[in-house]
Amino acid sequence: MKRLISALALSTALVSPAFAQETKVIGVSIPAATHGWAGGMNYFAQAAITRLEATYPELDFVLSTASDPSRQVNDIEDMLATRNIDALVVLPFESEPLTGPVQAVADAGVWVTVVDRGLSVEGIEDLYVAGDNPGFGRVSGEYMASQMPDGGDIVVLRGIPTTIDNERVAGFEEAIEGSGINILGMEHGNWNRDTSFTVMQDFLSRHENIDAVWASDDDMAIGVLAAIEAAGRDDIQFVLGGAGMKEMIQRAMEGDSMIPANVTYPPSMIASAIEVTALGMVSQTPVSGEFIIGSVLVTQENAEEFYYPDSPF
Amino acid sequence: MNTSAKAPRKVSMGVIGPILALILLVIAGALMNSNFLDWNNISNVLARSAFIGIIAVGMTFVITAGGLDLSVGSMAAFIAGLMILVMNTALPVLGVGIPIVLLGMAVALLAGIVAGLLNGILITRLGIEAFIVTLGSMGIYRSLVTWLADGGTLSLDFTLRTFYQPVYYGGIFGVSWPIIVFALVVVVGEVLMRATAFGRHCAAIGSNDQVARYSAVRVARVRLLTYVMLGLLVGVATIMYVPRLGSASSATGLLWELEAIAAVIVGGTVLKGGFGRVWGTVIGVLILTLIGNILNLTDFVSPYLNGAIQGAIIILAVILQRGRKPGL
Repeated sequence: MKRLISALALSTALVSPAFAQETKVIGVSIPAATHGWAGGMNYFAQAAITRLEATYPELDFVLSTASDPSRQVNDIEDMLATRNIDALVVLPFESEPLTGPVQAVADAGVWVTVVDRGLSVEGIEDLYVAGDNPGFGRVSGEYMASQMPDGGDIVVLRGIPTTIDNERVAGFEEAIEGSGINILGMEHGNWNRDTSFTVMQDFLSRHENIDAVWASDDDMAIGVLAAIEAAGRDDIQFVLGGAGMKEMIQRAMEGDSMIPANVTYPPSMIASAIEVTALGMVSQTPVSGEFIIGSVLVTQENAEEFYYPDSPF
Repeated sequence: MNTSAKAPRKVSMGVIGPILALILLVIAGALMNSNFLDWNNISNVLARSAFIGIIAVGMTFVITAGGLDLSVGSMAAFIAGLMILVMNTALPVLGVGIPIVLLGMAVALLAGIVAGLLNGILITRLGIEAFIVTLGSMGIYRSLVTWLADGGTLSLDFTLRTFYQPVYYGGIFGVSWPIIVFALVVVVGEVLMRATAFGRHCAAIGSNDQVARYSAVRVARVRLLTYVMLGLLVGVATIMYVPRLGSASSATGLLWELEAIAAVIVGGTVLKGGFGRVWGTVIGVLILTLIGNILNLTDFVSPYLNGAIQGAIIILAVILQRGRKPGL
């Protein structure tokens, strides 16, 4: 009898802490670091995972980066089949091809957090964390209008033709409506420095006078600045990029008149998503719903808050 | 039957086709925008053609000898990244000046030669398909540059970049260095292709490597040399590329391999090998660059369709020059 009781005591002593510390696995699937913003996102994802693993020993993370949608689907399938994940944080490469596979993960009873790009079917994810693309365009447009109260001629460099790009441009156009700002031309710079450099060279050949440029991204702004510098043109008053690259934030901080401001679209949103998901796994805190991270205007006054010298972006 | 009678006509069509397309493009450009023939615009177009152009000259030899290299874009990105790293590291020791620029250039040329040699050895000594080898090295170099840059961008030290910049933007008599280097590479390439045993051997190997082998051509060595030469030229292109924006990231040189191959084919070189034309490649490069330039100078077509227009013109240029060939 005594033995039975002690055995029972022993087993509960063994079982209950084990139950409390049951390891939960969180899978994180993101696109590979193939451009500046994605590089920053990879950095923030890794930093968040390192921090959370140290804070919560009961959490395990699986991080995978994919260079195209089909590889990302493979990654997610592997996570479900071999790592037994309890939660999935996914930044879909593209919405359409990822919708089915993520749906399957959700159907298997796994918590799903979708970041930045929504899926094509509503209601799959438990948590949605995203930047505000129409807001990104709107804040940029409002800044342009405030800097050019008498109107003026601008050129616009767009990203890769996607819905993200369309939403941003629509937000921008809406914001400058009636301000007297005239868009001389819009071309796709594909969020790429080299392409933007050549597109800007051609804009400079084509237009005698350009008052300002909405480069809509910091990588593109760098190409634009190089083209302006090489052409020796002094009619352009400023270039507005976006997304918060550290070099650009630094220039705004130092009061560079060509780069007076920036509009955030933080790659660190992946860290927000991972943190909130982890919180949902380790506590009773309700975390489902939508979490939209607004685009903020960065100027010389507040630039310091947005400067991350350790990030590669 | 009367192929002998048709032969000169076929050749002349192949010669005229790309030139005709180029002339038509220039006329269209001049009609659409008055700044098109402005020296600034011409100079921009020529200078930006130089990267793909220099690489495409090397690619002409590789393709003529029946090979292919898909790794050149990634290779350029990797070499640019390596060059920036070495120059930044050497900066405290050497300081800003000519020696450090020369060091950077030496690194680029050496890395290009080694990369070309690796591709070439795998292809010629181990007998692996060029397509497979270079598909593999394409992935390797692209990953390496992403890794070197830690997923972000490698940037040349600012003062160093300012010092080095004239290599892209400067020049003599208003002709910038990339244009001059491109012209020199073309002249040397044309002479090599037309007037040397190496050029003839490339064509012989490309048209039939068995026959070439029986004719005492050292097939493996010539093929290896074409890849080394292409690697060296990728190094040369990178030397011109780095001072432009002073940075390298994993998005550098994306799809350059396809642009270079397209330029070679538009210029009249046969994709299966056996016949190559360096000056044709130059026209091919100019055609491809001009299309982009003209589309940026007008609002004539939706920017969504730029790629389609470029694709259509590539196909059209090849149809123009093959017009007289039987449809096989």
